[in-house]
Amino acid sequence: MQHGLSAEHEELRRTVAEFARDHVAPVIGDYYEREAFPYDLVARMGRMGLFGLPFPEEHGGMGGDYFALCLALEELARVDSSVAITLEAGVSLGAMPIHRFGSDEQRETWLPRLCSGEALGAFGLTEPGGGSDASATRTTARLEGDQWVINGTKSFITNSGTDITALVTVAAVTGKRDDGAPEISMILVPTGTPGFSLGQRYSKVGWNASDTSELVFDDCRVPRTNLVGRQGRGYAQFLRVLDEGRIAIAALAVGLAQGCVDESLRYAAEREAFGARIGSHQAIQFKIADMETRAHTARLAYYDAASRMLAGEPFKRQAAIAKLVASNAAMDNARDATQVFGGYGFTNEYPVGRFYRDAKILEIGEGTSEVQRMLIARDLGMPA
Amino acid sequence: MNIVVLVKQVPDTATERKLTSDDKTLDRAASDGVINELDEYAIEEGLLLKEKHGGEVTILTMGPEQATDSIRKALSMGADKAVHVSDEALHGSDALQSAYALSRALGRIEFDLVVLGSESTDARTGVMGAALAEYLGVPQLTLADKVDVDGQAIKVQRLTDYGYDVVEAELPAVVSVVEKINEPRYPSFKLIMQAKKKPVEKLTIADAEIDAARVGLANATTETVDVAPAPPRAAGTIVKDEGEGGVKIAEFLAEKKFV
Repeated sequence: MQHGLSAEHEELRRTVAEFARDHVAPVIGDYYEREAFPYDLVARMGRMGLFGLPFPEEHGGMGGDYFALCLALEELARVDSSVAITLEAGVSLGAMPIHRFGSDEQRETWLPRLCSGEALGAFGLTEPGGGSDASATRTTARLEGDQWVINGTKSFITNSGTDITALVTVAAVTGKRDDGAPEISMILVPTGTPGFSLGQRYSKVGWNASDTSELVFDDCRVPRTNLVGRQGRGYAQFLRVLDEGRIAIAALAVGLAQGCVDESLRYAAEREAFGARIGSHQAIQFKIADMETRAHTARLAYYDAASRMLAGEPFKRQAAIAKLVASNAAMDNARDATQVFGGYGFTNEYPVGRFYRDAKILEIGEGTSEVQRMLIARDLGMPA
Repeated sequence: MNIVVLVKQVPDTATERKLTSDDKTLDRAASDGVINELDEYAIEEGLLLKEKHGGEVTILTMGPEQATDSIRKALSMGADKAVHVSDEALHGSDALQSAYALSRALGRIEFDLVVLGSESTDARTGVMGAALAEYLGVPQLTLADKVDVDGQAIKVQRLTDYGYDVVEAELPAVVSVVEKINEPRYPSFKLIMQAKKKPVEKLTIADAEIDAARVGLANATTETVDVAPAPPRAAGTIVKDEGEGGVKIAEFLAEKKFV
């Protein structure tokens, strides 16, 4: 059993923590209130190589692993979740499908720009009528000569509507399987392709400095070679993308949970009530002890899932457990931290109010907590 | 161009700093060591000059074993190699002795330019650039907020109370930089991974041919007679804006000679 991070992972963690403290923390509240996308911060993160963390150097990546990405996400989310989800979606949903399933040409064309953070990729899976339920996919792509013709609508797509969005990988029905179920494939659609437009921009409860848009495809034509991976393998491919993504979201949730501890510790040492620092009251001490306990155990869960994945072992169940326990920790810690701050927790003056608003989506995005439980139960052999 | 950047490890200003009670030197084990902030600007300037003119950036550090962490960070930012002068005999050396010791180490390295931060956040003497240039017998260009190199000529903007002077010299030279000069980069993971393979040469005072009689607390040219904690900061002046707040602030700044 190995204890602690490697020296390189630890230095990366420290570097990102420093960046988040010095560059994100002072400005993010303003972006959040204006619901503006922080292009400047994303460019800086790009220069640090964060968008290329798990990708090979030949395509502009940093030659690191998925765990390095998770550490970066955790440290960013400790300060702010909007920039963390922008990185998570850019790497794990935008670039990863191309890296993992794309052709050499697709990799060479897209990965260098995505790895540098100059361009963002998005992943179009969820639709108005369904997310994790892939059989509900209504978007279609039919072959006409050498072109795919795509029609349909995608919902809640992170990073899809920014000025630097370069592409969306879309899950679409491309036919019918022998058993009558829809055949799903993934197709790469560059931004600016005629017939591909942005629908509504959502007014969200949280993650307000990140981009989430609706996508509309109306006879959108792309070359046949824009198929990502194999025709009909789309379902298996995006399950893989989602399994990994759960570990990344768990890391992000742990960051938020830890950020709640950081802020509460600071405030408990300053604020006085009934003639003493509130941190000397057992009511506050126990709350913060519980918060730390949740953050720590959730971190162990995602470390475990990530190490299994990197070792090439099955990790589906552990990823679902990590996502479930970490999003619970984030939600519970955000509620408790806001309580520690009292009335100030309900203002936008302190980060905990932002944490409170950002926590809820973690129980929903990349598979709801109910879906995680379903996956865990099935992995234990219970009937589908 | 061969550039040497001096990097000093200092206690993190974000943590509580302590002096050892017996010899009034800094208790370096008591707090986390970090790269002296101004030295990060020096590293960045060294890297920028290398990117423009080619060559190598060598980190030179004098300090105890744990300074290795700061050397690794400097290498992770993109420096090529490092020299670490570490010896018990150097403990308690003052600024002049340190400049002497560093000049000896520099005697072993081929350099065109030495870059350093204009002061450290621990001792804050701000004399290293000048003292080192004297020992090396090369020009000093201190408090630079802009550096241009053209062939063997170096030109800097030297920050003054009133603006800046333009100072020129021939290489080799010593340049100390201020924080306005650039924005230090963050190490990328690729460079972090590469840093562990970069060479770090360790030197004792014997290796660097540093005369033991000219370094260390016992031979220091200055003596710390007494130390006291900084007094708590006095309460500030609150200007209440009743329509002429701006004027009052301007008057205050003028009175303190800030404007």
